[in-house]
This record gives sequence, C-alpha cells and structure tokens, in this order.
Amino acid sequence: MGIQERLIEDVGLREGVSRLNEDSIQKTVNAVFQGETGARLKAYAEICLRCGMCTEACHFYLSHDKDPTYAPAAKVKQTIGTLLANGGRVSPDQIYSMAQIAYSECNLCRRCVHYCPVGIDTAYMMITMRRICHKLGVTPQYIQDTAHSHSATFNQMWVKDDEWTDTLQWQEEEARDEFPDLRIPLDKEGADVYYSVIAPEPKFRTQLIYQAAAILHTAKIDWTMPAEPGWDNSDMCMFTGDFEMMGRLKRKHFESAQKLKVKRIVMGECGHAFRSVYDVGNRWAGWKHYPVPVVHSVEFFWELLTQGKIKLVSKYPGPVTLQDPCNIVRGRGLGDKLRDVIRILVDGDIVETTSNREHNLCCSAGGGVINCGPPFKNARVEACKAKADQLRATGVKTIIAPCHNCHGGLDDTVHKYELGMDIKFLGDIIYQCMERPEA
Amino acid sequence: MQDAASSWDWQPGERVILDSVTCGKTHQWQEEPYVASDGERLAAIVRLEDETFSMCVNGKTWESSFEKLWKPCFSPDGRLVVIAQQDGEWSLAVDGATWEEFYAYLWHPCFSADGSVIAAAIQNDGQYGMSVDGTTWSNLFDNANEYAISDNGQSTAAVVQTEAMAAADLAAFRRGVYTVAVNGEAWKNTFMNAWTPTFDAHGRKVATQVRLNLYEYSIAVDDAVWGQTYNCVWEPRFNPGTGEVVAPVRIAGAWGMAQDGKTIWDPVFFQCWHQQFSTDGKVLAAIVAPTFGEFTVAVNAKPWSTTFPVVTELTLSTDGKRAAALACNNNVDWQVVVDGTPWRGKYDMAWKPVFSADGTHVAAKVEKAGRHAVLMDGKAYKRDFEHAWDPVFSPDGSKVLIRAVDKGTFVRIVATLSDFSSRG
Ligand code: SF4
Ligand code: SF4
Repeated sequence: MGIQERLIEDVGLREGVSRLNEDSIQKTVNAVFQGETGARLKAYAEICLRCGMCTEACHFYLSHDKDPTYAPAAKVKQTIGTLLANGGRVSPDQIYSMAQIAYSECNLCRRCVHYCPVGIDTAYMMITMRRICHKLGVTPQYIQDTAHSHSATFNQMWVKDDEWTDTLQWQEEEARDEFPDLRIPLDKEGADVYYSVIAPEPKFRTQLIYQAAAILHTAKIDWTMPAEPGWDNSDMCMFTGDFEMMGRLKRKHFESAQKLKVKRIVMGECGHAFRSVYDVGNRWAGWKHYPVPVVHSVEFFWELLTQGKIKLVSKYPGPVTLQDPCNIVRGRGLGDKLRDVIRILVDGDIVETTSNREHNLCCSAGGGVINCGPPFKNARVEACKAKADQLRATGVKTIIAPCHNCHGGLDDTVHKYELGMDIKFLGDIIYQCMERPEA
Repeated sequence: MQDAASSWDWQPGERVILDSVTCGKTHQWQEEPYVASDGERLAAIVRLEDETFSMCVNGKTWESSFEKLWKPCFSPDGRLVVIAQQDGEWSLAVDGATWEEFYAYLWHPCFSADGSVIAAAIQNDGQYGMSVDGTTWSNLFDNANEYAISDNGQSTAAVVQTEAMAAADLAAFRRGVYTVAVNGEAWKNTFMNAWTPTFDAHGRKVATQVRLNLYEYSIAVDDAVWGQTYNCVWEPRFNPGTGEVVAPVRIAGAWGMAQDGKTIWDPVFFQCWHQQFSTDGKVLAAIVAPTFGEFTVAVNAKPWSTTFPVVTELTLSTDGKRAAALACNNNVDWQVVVDGTPWRGKYDMAWKPVFSADGTHVAAKVEKAGRHAVLMDGKAYKRDFEHAWDPVFSPDGSKVLIRAVDKGTFVRIVATLSDFSSRG
C-alpha cells in the first residue's frame, strides 16, 4: 500500500499545503538544500546501494506485513530522494504525503543505521524532510501546537509561570504527609543537582514529581528545581524542524541551570529530551558538548542504588521485561546501566525482547510521532505491532520503560493488542520499594 | 548601591555578626541563608514548631508567621523581601509586613536599581500582570511572562497574551496573540511571540525580541518593528549614551550584531549573546563563539584571542575599558578571565566577577572542594569559608567587603588589598 492509499487527514498539513504552489515549494526546498544540509545529505542520497539491508530493521515495515513502502530507503526515496530528483519542484499534494511520511511514519529511532553497510542515517534524512516541511509551514496540528507552546511558555504544555511553582508547592505539601521535612527547594543557588522534567509532569503526571522529590529527599541529595521557565527539558521544536526555537529552548534550559550555579542537571525519565540536550539543541546553540552536564535518571538511579544512597526494603516482583528507549540506549549507551538498575530493583529475571539494547524496536511513539496527536494514533499503534509481538512473547506481566514517550506509546499498544501488561517507570518501583528515612 | 555603600562600615578588619547562624527560636528546620549587601544581616526561612513559616534575621524570627514562605532576598536598599502565603492567598512580605493586597498567586519579585521600588508578577482569577509596591496594573491579561522593571522603577513591562486561545488553535497563534504591556497598557501590534522586553536608561522606551511568523524574527521598539527581519535574534539592549538599540542577529546561519536594523558587527560568529554597554555607551561587549564550540568575549566586535568551551557572566567595568567573564569546560575547571587572560586558578565553580567603581580591580567568589574563597585581581583572600557571598568593593575601590559563614559563624570582613595573597 503506497502513501496515497493511507493518507491521513490533518488540519495542520491540509491548511499548510493549501498555502503552497510549486514555485514556493521549490524556492524553500532549495534554500534548505543549499543553505543548511551540506555534503552529508547529498552523500547519503548518492551512496545508497539499494541493498535493502535496512528494510528488516524498521518496525513500520515489520508491523505492516512487510510493506516495502515503509522500508527506510523507500521512505527516503519518497521524500528527500524525490525532492533531489526534481530539483525541489513538486506539487503541494506531494508535500502532504512527504510530511506524513516524515512526521508520522518514522520515529527517527536510528535502528536502521545499524543495519546499513554504508552507515546511512535515515533519521537524518527524515529530520531534514521535517525541516523543509517546517519551512513550508506544513506540520501536523498537534505537534505544531506543542511547538507553539514551547515558544510562548518555554514548556510544551502551555503551563503558565505560576502553575509551575504552584504545582511544585502542592506536591511538596502532599509529600509532607509522608515525609514531614521534605522540601522541593526552589531556586537554591549552588545545589549539586538541578532536577528537570518535561511539562506533562506538572500537567498530568504530578505523582512523578512527588516520587522524584521523595527519592531525592531520601537520598539526601542537595538539589533544587528552578522557579522560572527553563525547567522543561523537552523539545518538540527539534522534531517539528524548528531549529531556531530548539536552540532558544536549550539556551533557556542551560542558562537556567547556569544561573543557579548547580553542578549538574538530572533529568527525569525522558528519552527525546536527552537527545535534544546532549546532541542536537546544544550544538545549534554553539556548544560542542553541553555547558552543564546532564545526567539521565537511569544513570542517576544507578548511582543512588550502587552508592547505597537509596536502600530497598523490598524488591519488585519479577520477572519483568523492559523497553530500551532509543535515545538513551541506542543514542547514549545506557543499556547496561538500565539492566543493572533493574537487577537491583527486581526479584526475578529480566526477560529480554528478541530485539534489545541498541537493536531494540522503537515504541512507535518516539521522534514526535505520538505528539502528532489523535489523527495519527491508530497508524502509530499499528506500527507497534512488531513490538507488541515481541512483548507478548516474553510472557511476563511488567514492562519497565524509563521514558515518557515509551510509556504513552506502550500504554496504547498494551491496550490495543490486549497484552495485559503493566508499564512502570524506574521511579515508580524505587518509590515503592525504598527504605523511608526515619521520622 | 555604590551610593548606599558609602554609609556602610568600611573599617578594615573582621567582625563576627552572628556567633551562630542557627535560629534562636525552636524550629523544625531552617533553610538556606541570605545576606544583606552591607553584610550586617543574615536571614533564613524557618519552619516553626506550629508548622508555620517565618524569617529568622540575625537569630530572631519575625513576629509574623505565614502558611508558606519562599524566595527570600534582600532588596538593593537592604529590605528583606519574601513571597508569603496567608489564608491561601499570596503577597510580598517586606521586613515582616505584607503588602495590603493579596493575590491568587505572586512570584518573580524584582527591584529598581536602588531598591526603592519593588514589583512582582501576579495572577488573580486566571488573569495575569504585575503589582508594583502592592498596586496592581489596571489591566490584566490571559497570560503574562518575561517580566521587567526599569532601573528607575517608574515602569514595568511584560509579554502578555491579548486574547484567549482555544486548544491547538494554530490560526490564532499565527495571527499573533502576544505583545508587550508597559505599566499594564498593551501595545497595539501583536506578534507570534515576544521575549525579553527591556527598558532604556530612563525607563521610557521598551525594546523586545519579536517573532513575526515562524521564520522571521526582529526587534520592536515602542511597538514599532525594525525594518529588517532575521533568521533569529536575541535580547535587545539600549545604548545608554545614544538610546540606540542593539541586538544579536542571525543572518544566513551566522551571528552578528545589529543596531536599529543595521548590521554593526558582521555575522561571523557561531554564537553572539549577552551583549552589554559601558555606562557612556561607547563600548559594546558580548559573549561570542568565533568558531564552533569555542567561546570568548568580543569587545567592539573584536574577540579576545583566548577561547573556551563555555563563557558566562560577562561584566564590563563602568568606563568600559575592562571586561571580565567566567570560562569553564563542561561546568568544571572554572576560570575567571579578565581582559582576555585567565587568572591562574581553576575552580569547581565561580561567580560573576565584580569591578571596583574605577575599574582598577576585579573580585570574584570561587568554590573548590566545597569551600568558598574570594579572589581579587587573581589573588586569594587569606582564608576560605564554608560559604561566602559575592564580594563588594568600597566606593573608593580600596577595600573589599567579604560576607561569609564559617564554622557556623557569620562574619563580615573588610579586607584591604594587601589581605589578598598570591596563592589563588
Ligand atoms: S522508524 Fe527508525 S528504523 Fe524506521 S526508518 Fe525511521 S529511523 Fe529507521
Ligand atoms: S541499508 Fe543503507 S545502503 Fe542499503 S538500502 Fe538501506 S540505506 Fe541504502
């Protein structure tokens, strides 16, 4: 089934293309090709051997009965390849299809690059396609709204300045029933740890802030959370292709930490934000690495547990399986630490999915796909069939997933494929099993 | 503050202000200490036995206590200011007494340069704006952020949302629902986004970053957008001498500086931000990256020859003849860099350098192995501390006030230049 037969109606894409014509498309496409992409894109386009080694790597292909139009090389051919072949001159309808492929049929998960004999990074090609779509004003409605929120509030959920601190104070208050002297220290200059989250936490998942505060408090960490914007480490602008906003967000985030003179940023269980801070957004801003070290929760929990800062009174009953979030496992190599943490926490085996660690299958929610919202939900969950099959085959009841996107994606997947599995953050388990400080 | 500083005790030597920084009244816990600029008082939030909060100042609690207190600080004129909650509503407590007005929420206290005016962001019934010394803007908005107060305290500004927006309403956003409100009066033009409104030296004019559409950024001054648009811009600043506005601008992927819409620094940098004028406006300096990943300071467009992975906290002397900044690598190995040359030591953390009024001396607080030290012209004060605050020069620049806590004692030290040895 080609892209034409599976087009999804989205008001952001539809209105976007309605403003275009072939001339305006060509001008924008070529401006991006000439001004922004350099040799890498051309090289990738030229060296592809059409060998098909990447095909079996992609869960979109695997989940759609091996439909070749979902193969990574085919997706490149239908997008960037077509633009290059036509000198950037294509119709608005073609842009619609290309946008759907780039935003909703690739999670930018980079699994395929591991199978390509010449190292072609299809995710880079897809993100370049998204950059072009952003420049053309053709982006799915929901993710674009998220990008708007980032620009207006510096967080992805339209959380207003006062709602942020009010929520932290409310969680602090709640937690004091359980930990009478617990604080969520706001703007504490010179703290060792700056704890950063993504906006869904204050908006919908306040218990994650509660749990993090409980863990940091119990571990006696000298920590703080910023009272002003900059606290949200997430970055949907990276995924819409709005790199200028991506840079602005990362500047705000890092300067917020620099202003508080903290030693390092510890971030909650999120994958994509990690990609933005350590690889993409920081570099747009001109920093080679990051100006303030960013430690993912997986690494941080590993420290707390192996250094005895958190002790357990019980273990979580296993066996369990786990979801390797692409951005922190394939992207950052945290696969071993993640398993170490789980072994400490769980009484029972880790039953691996067939594809695991750097060869894991994406949850189909990553790369901003889940943020494209309801119009694309069914297609997204269909693309997770291969993953669902692997999860079912483990025969276990619990999936540990240290990433918000993975959670959201797997939640839908567990439901649709009737897997009957629970999905847990590491923080859920640590909070449940840790020894409380003496009153 | 330098004017106020002339009345402080500048007698060289060390004075113990508090034998113990622990609050005298029984309490459940005591939070981080804050000190007044003159070094005569140390304050901290304490949680009392009855589960209320109070401020403890030099060992004694305020008579008043509150449901909650957060973000304490001393104003430039030495008043102790903290955000306070009473009966579920919020106000600002100043030296123990709240403003008469209470709000559904209050945050971001800010001050005029001399501290005589205090403003804060407020929200009532889901409407947002500012309160100045307890007087609320006459118009409030669906949202507001990026708050600013002029140096003379006569004006306040914020970015405001001029109309409510439905969920995921791309069209309204594209039309532009944001602008700047000055003293509660919104500009007529609206923008896709606006950021960092900033006042001129007299508090009369306001410049702000604006995004006109998803791709075009510019600067607006008093509601008029520069004729030129850019791929991106950063915070504008007024030249205190001429009133002209400068802002870093991104042209074809590289950063330069524009003034009133005309390029004054060629776009040759990988980054350019945090620009700053000398008092007379003749010198303009900024943090720049001449090559990818290498940062430094450019003075009147000319970068220092030394570069570092990260540069922060640029400070110009009043006359603009000297510049200082901090440099680090991955947030460690912090150095104080003055006029392009780093001081010898490397530290776990460093704080913004401070110039003496005449620009001849520079001081900075640094941290190593958990101890704080104060450096002056590259030399360390003869002892270090558990905690120190930023050094303050005497108005004549001949002495440095060190405010510090060590072994539980709060000390106020007036150091002379010879008290700084060379072991830094
Ligand atoms: S979803 Fe992953 S495997 Fe499939 S094309 Fe995109 S990056 Fe490659
Ligand atoms: S594996 Fe690499 S070379 Fe082979 S088809 Fe895929 S992208 Fe092209």
